[in-house]
Amino acid sequence: MAKQLTEDQLKELVESVVDRWGGRPDALIMMLHAIQDEFGYIPRRVSLYLSQKTGIPLAQIYEVITFYHLFRTSPPGKHKISVCMGTACYLKGAPQIVEKLKEILEIKEGESTPDGLFQLETVRCLGCCGLAPVVMIDDKVYGKVNPEKIMDILAQYTKEQDSK
Amino acid sequence: MLKPFEKIVFIKDTNAVKADLTRHYAGIFSKYVRPLIEDRKVFVVQAADLGIYGEGLVIKIWPNNIYYANVKEEDIAEIVERSIVGDEVVDRLAFSPDAKQVRVVLRNCGVIDPEEIDEYLARDGYAAVEKVLSSMSPEDVIEELKKSGLRGRGGGGFPTWMKWNFARNVQSDQKYIICNADEGDPGAYMDRSVLEGDPHSVIEGMIVGGYAIGASKGYFYIRAEYPLAIERVQRAIDQAYEYGLLGEDILGSGFSFDLEIRLGAGAFVCGEETALIASIEGKRGTPRPRPPYPSIKGLWGKPTVINNVETLANVPVILSRGGDWFSTIGTETSKGTKVFALTGKVRNSGLIEVPMGTTLREIVMKVGGGVVGGKKIKAVQTGGPSGGVIPENLLDTPVDYENLRRLGSIMGSGGMIVMNEEDCMVDIAKFYLKFCVDESCGKCAPCRIGGYQLLGLLEKITMGEGEEEDLEKISLICQAMQKASLCGLGQTAPNPVISTMRYFREEYEEHVKEKMCRSGKCKRLIRYEIIQEKCVRCGMCYINCPVEAITGSKAKGFVIQQDKCVKCGKCYEVCKFGAILIGSKEPVEHRI
Repeated sequence: MAKQLTEDQLKELVESVVDRWGGRPDALIMMLHAIQDEFGYIPRRVSLYLSQKTGIPLAQIYEVITFYHLFRTSPPGKHKISVCMGTACYLKGAPQIVEKLKEILEIKEGESTPDGLFQLETVRCLGCCGLAPVVMIDDKVYGKVNPEKIMDILAQYTKEQDSK
Repeated sequence: MLKPFEKIVFIKDTNAVKADLTRHYAGIFSKYVRPLIEDRKVFVVQAADLGIYGEGLVIKIWPNNIYYANVKEEDIAEIVERSIVGDEVVDRLAFSPDAKQVRVVLRNCGVIDPEEIDEYLARDGYAAVEKVLSSMSPEDVIEELKKSGLRGRGGGGFPTWMKWNFARNVQSDQKYIICNADEGDPGAYMDRSVLEGDPHSVIEGMIVGGYAIGASKGYFYIRAEYPLAIERVQRAIDQAYEYGLLGEDILGSGFSFDLEIRLGAGAFVCGEETALIASIEGKRGTPRPRPPYPSIKGLWGKPTVINNVETLANVPVILSRGGDWFSTIGTETSKGTKVFALTGKVRNSGLIEVPMGTTLREIVMKVGGGVVGGKKIKAVQTGGPSGGVIPENLLDTPVDYENLRRLGSIMGSGGMIVMNEEDCMVDIAKFYLKFCVDESCGKCAPCRIGGYQLLGLLEKITMGEGEEEDLEKISLICQAMQKASLCGLGQTAPNPVISTMRYFREEYEEHVKEKMCRSGKCKRLIRYEIIQEKCVRCGMCYINCPVEAITGSKAKGFVIQQDKCVKCGKCYEVCKFGAILIGSKEPVEHRI
């Protein structure tokens, strides 16, 4: 989960990471791992500060971040929505569900909502074709979903968040 | 407290496919030893799995660990007399369960606590380092490796001594040795098991390698997806430093060697030498043209040796027991053992280690226990996305580097996937190619564009839209990729396509010409139908159809509505009467 840090805390964290690796350009990947372990992703302002501290150009940092699959540039959502795109689900309307989700969450696949509540992913087959189309949120499976029903399901999660 | 049993007898009918006679034999055995059972001297267990297959009735006696195989009913009395009452072995029936497997690389895995250096030391750990540093010159070490005939286990099979010798002979103020632990093939986890189960053996191999080539610094490049391996290797490195086996002046020899871990970040291409070097330097993991080879110009332009985990784990044993001993295992050109991750449609999947030269059939049938569900083997895939398939009629080929290459596959890192008649070869080729296309770094055009186009053609074929000239196009693109790609990933990416085309061309042609997939994998090319003569109208298919494509009633019978069917195969799975037919896209009578 993404942490909310003040500017000072953030700088302190980056500095400790840079110190540990002596700010060496060859340790860039190791530093990025350490940062992502803390934040769950690599925020742009952290990259910027890292660049200032180490002298590695920001472009080079982004070159590396975007090359490797494991590094994220947006925070992971609190709840991961996985829409099954297996054959059965696909034909039973999974693409429409994805469209609906993209529309209401205003994000693309692989992204998270600005409030960090949801992250949208499509997966190959969840292995419960009898319930097609299937959507999984975190570890919970929802079967026979349709574009209206998905709204109700999401509402449960937003309500739960509001009540906190 | 009850006294413990003196002997435990495990009984298993290893021929059992359908009729399991284990219970029957256990009953007979128990009769003979009844008084001993009542006396709590002997306990008879009907074993679920002894890891032995196709050897008839197998009896294991604990604690002596005597194994008997192919035991007949009339032999039981003798076994009881001599091995249960007495402590002798009935030689004529004795059996060695691990006869097919030889553990060199995995010698310590599962035996020692990988987090305790003392346990490794107790099993002659670091004896090779001690021997090498106290009594051998770097040239001696390389000579010993040459004698052993060890070749790279990462896939290429380049002689390890030669690689070391190249780097040894280059003059440089600094040299490096790197352990390539960026194991990323789907279905392969040999390196992970060694790193998690016996990290010190790899570290020891690196120290020896560092000494031989004159490197004072080594790197472990481990993929970030292996957190436990990373943790254990780090702990092992820390312990080795504590014991003075790493760092300055190791064991008072004047040789210094430092080790550090570098993590990957989810890029398959980083398994390629030059890409791996770029990644350790903190850059994008893209390959560069070779030569110059890393042995001459590698990490930061310095001579660098990159060895695979399994290769390095072999090194300490070779130095301790001698290259001559090692070269007695294996075939003429491929020495030692190979670890395989045996998976797919095999009964006993898992990590195995066999001497080079073992045939594929022995591996699948004896070590792996045969194919699941008694189905027919279609092929065995080796080498992951860079390898190929070997059809059933060639399974008697002894496994070594040359043979596999001759058959159009490669040894690869050791993934071995067993396929049966349910697997569609076009679909398999597409699966592996998809992997390489996803993982292509995009630097060179043959791999980036060729892979994408090739995948498009295969998709077209599996969707039932293939045309005859597509097969010709596929061959051309494959050739271009093999010849013109920058690195191993692109050069070998077409291998699964080429080898499936070579051995299973008729399947491609069926897909293209007849729009048919014989294994029923390509959903667009099949239709499910109910064979009315076989149907007993139980209604299982009707209840289980996820899309309500089956209509009718128990009174009238059931029919599959083809326009609604999504070809999930659920009806086929649940039908107990074999009344669901997988046919080609068009009903037979409509075809010309």
